[in-house]
Amino acid sequence: MLNSVKTILSNILQKLIGNDRMYSRVFMIAGGFLLLTTLWLPLWNIQLEAPQYPHPLGMNIYLDKIMDQGEDTHDIKNINILNHYVGMKEIPEHMAEFEIFPYVIMIMGAISILFGIIGNDKLYLLWFLIMAVLGSIGLYDFYKWEYDYGHDLDPNAILKFKDENGNPMGFQPPVIGSKTILNFVAHSYPHIGSFVIFISMGLGLLAFYIRYAANKIKKA
Amino acid sequence: MKKKTLITIVALSLLAAVAGFANCGAGAGGGKSIAERAFVPPGQYDEFYGMISGGFSGQLSIIGLPSGRTLKVIPVFTQDGEKAYGYNEETKPMLMTSHGFIPWGDSHHPDISQTNGELDGRWVFINENNTPRIARIDLSIFETVEIIEIPHAAGNHASPYLTENTEYVVASTRFGIPTPQRDMPVNQYKGNFKGMTSFVKVGKDGRMDLEKEGFQILMPGFDYDKAHPGRGKSHGWFFFTTYNVDEGHTLLEVNASQKEKDYIAAINWKKAEEYLKAGKFETWNTNFAHNVYDEHTHMATTSWGKKVRVLDPSKLPGLVYFLPIKKSPHGCDVDPTGEYIVGSGKLEAQATAHSFTKMLKAIEEKKFDGEAYGIPVLNYEAVLAGEVKTGLGPLHTEFDGEGHAYTSFFISSEIVKWKLGTWEVVDRKPTFYSVGHLMIPGGNSRKPFGKYLLAMNKITKDRYLPTGPEVNHSAQLFDISGEKMVMINDFPTHGEPHYAAGIPASKIKDRSVKIFKLEDNKHPYAVKTPEKTRVVRKGKEVHVYMGMIRSHFVPDVIEGIKVGDTVYFHLTNFEQDYDVPHGFAMMGQQSSELLVMPGQTETSVWYPKKPGVWPFYCTDFCSALHQEMQGYVRVSAAGSNVPIKYTLDDDPVDVE
Repeated sequence: MLNSVKTILSNILQKLIGNDRMYSRVFMIAGGFLLLTTLWLPLWNIQLEAPQYPHPLGMNIYLDKIMDQGEDTHDIKNINILNHYVGMKEIPEHMAEFEIFPYVIMIMGAISILFGIIGNDKLYLLWFLIMAVLGSIGLYDFYKWEYDYGHDLDPNAILKFKDENGNPMGFQPPVIGSKTILNFVAHSYPHIGSFVIFISMGLGLLAFYIRYAANKIKKA
Repeated sequence: MKKKTLITIVALSLLAAVAGFANCGAGAGGGKSIAERAFVPPGQYDEFYGMISGGFSGQLSIIGLPSGRTLKVIPVFTQDGEKAYGYNEETKPMLMTSHGFIPWGDSHHPDISQTNGELDGRWVFINENNTPRIARIDLSIFETVEIIEIPHAAGNHASPYLTENTEYVVASTRFGIPTPQRDMPVNQYKGNFKGMTSFVKVGKDGRMDLEKEGFQILMPGFDYDKAHPGRGKSHGWFFFTTYNVDEGHTLLEVNASQKEKDYIAAINWKKAEEYLKAGKFETWNTNFAHNVYDEHTHMATTSWGKKVRVLDPSKLPGLVYFLPIKKSPHGCDVDPTGEYIVGSGKLEAQATAHSFTKMLKAIEEKKFDGEAYGIPVLNYEAVLAGEVKTGLGPLHTEFDGEGHAYTSFFISSEIVKWKLGTWEVVDRKPTFYSVGHLMIPGGNSRKPFGKYLLAMNKITKDRYLPTGPEVNHSAQLFDISGEKMVMINDFPTHGEPHYAAGIPASKIKDRSVKIFKLEDNKHPYAVKTPEKTRVVRKGKEVHVYMGMIRSHFVPDVIEGIKVGDTVYFHLTNFEQDYDVPHGFAMMGQQSSELLVMPGQTETSVWYPKKPGVWPFYCTDFCSALHQEMQGYVRVSAAGSNVPIKYTLDDDPVDVE
């Protein structure tokens, strides 16, 4: 089974390498357009689960906004109501990131398409590396926001909790994974938009790789 | 050795007998024990909604079946301090009638709306017996949304049964009365008193109408008891049982029971529509209340019906026929095919089934035995399909859709299962005690769900722990999926159930509304954000536009109220989460609490009588800080000049 899959994959790869110029361009251009779709797709999902919430509360994070995870479920309003007990700020409707991130994606998508048209394999690698750096910055920024959201608490909060070291308890959800926070279990995982970005980046890397492999064969 | 073998055999057979006893009733229900068949484990839903009338409580209970758990009691015709129904300004108009505001009613027969003769679960209708009315309950919110008063009637008992596409809901009078009402000697009843029967049109949106598209039929002054519509082949006809065709006006228990036979009135309502179209009606002036609750303004309003179209069957041939039936019939039930009309003569030892096909033939061949007030009486033998000679005092019949009928016997306190067509008795089981109504979900429609049968008993006696002289009525649930009926559950009911309706939960539960959307709230006194809350004085009237959210009121301190003011508290619940209502109660207020659902606005009136500082608080445990959800109103003497002031956290509310 595994062997036959391996054979099929290697056959496909051989075909791609056989026509590396054409396929690499297609991948870069397709990856660029794919990246642009994330303007409308949720990137991340955070859910709060508790006995009183058989249907968990949750929010979807987009490039330019945070939305309820369901239609007419009022999740954000209800999360804000719960969070006010421990002095957390409301989930923001406006953030600097919401202004910047869509342009970053639009520019990177356009560059990917442009590089595909130019057809230079070194530019493919460059694009992938820039994406990797930007992605890391984005994730770090997300972590920072979550940290602030979970730790910058109203000193007049109704409920004040201390951790085992006697420090004020934080309510920061995990960047990725699940974590128990008081009576809630918070789940934070990538949503469809993130997977689209990964695929887009994968296409860029693949474009570079098949050119690289083809060149190697030609030299040999 | 031999002795030992014998002992073993005896022991084994004893064991088998005990096991058999413990498992009695198995066979039907997939070999499950009685407990397993009625038990719904924690966290799981019941299979059916049961809607049981509250009788003299005026309400409608929603019960889960088979568990018998009470899910909700919906206030319909009686004020309910728990839900502020009939106490808050929004629902007071629901209880308005031509006699003024009436705080109580006698609710009798729930009937679920139908499409093509099958239950559709949009609405349930229920009648009020004392001051004739019909209510409609919306099954997406389980609240009463409409009540229409029935003019020219008294004792609205043969009601509110629906035609098979919910075209009409009917009402007929249990009392013969002077029609229209006038001052006259009671002993001149005979021939002068009438029994008006109403066909109230039900619109596509459920709205009832008697004035424009509905009509009334001026029937003789008999007592009309129960009814059911024709279905399938008999669609277009409606059947009503009558008693007191003797037209007694006093000591009815004797004087209404002398004649050998009373009637089932068969009304051809399609024919009535033709006569209406041909203009063969009289327009009568009248006055009746029509109360409608608007889901978007969260308010009810009363409008007044002024006219009604009346048909006179003595002048309109083919509109009404009488089918003789023995001895003061009560139940009038039509089988799923629409062929058999079963009347239960409550002073007899039999239920009688008439045939719709035979009835049409008898009409065609004019097999009449005279007439009553110009209405032909059909020959008994010509329309008879069969007599089921069973117990004593038959009342009601339901059907399982498998060709069986189930009749309740009040006097002999039992349920008898019999076969349609052959009229043979298949099974009989005692009830505890004196069963009145029966209900199989969909049991009076084209498509019954013949799994359970609910018996509603009039006498409870020793079934439950005693609670003084007054005890609740009892209901017993039977599993009827097998050949023999098996009692699987027994529970007390609210008020006195007169009939019930049942429907598979799957037809309703997913449409059940969880919250009212704040953005759709069109209440004229709604506020949607804390900044918009305010207190406005208009002369001696003060309007408090107040918000509620976990866990405080906005504003929560109000000053400038004076003795002699009329204070309207308009409470809007800002929550948008399922099951987070907030309550409101004001010390000394001569009214009920409010119980405001998320996104809803309700209004309570307070007449402050003494100067001082008076507290109010949230009555529904809304959060861990519910006990902190409170506020104060400062009341000053009548002539004082304390200005209106309202704050939250000592700040004006619009600063928040």
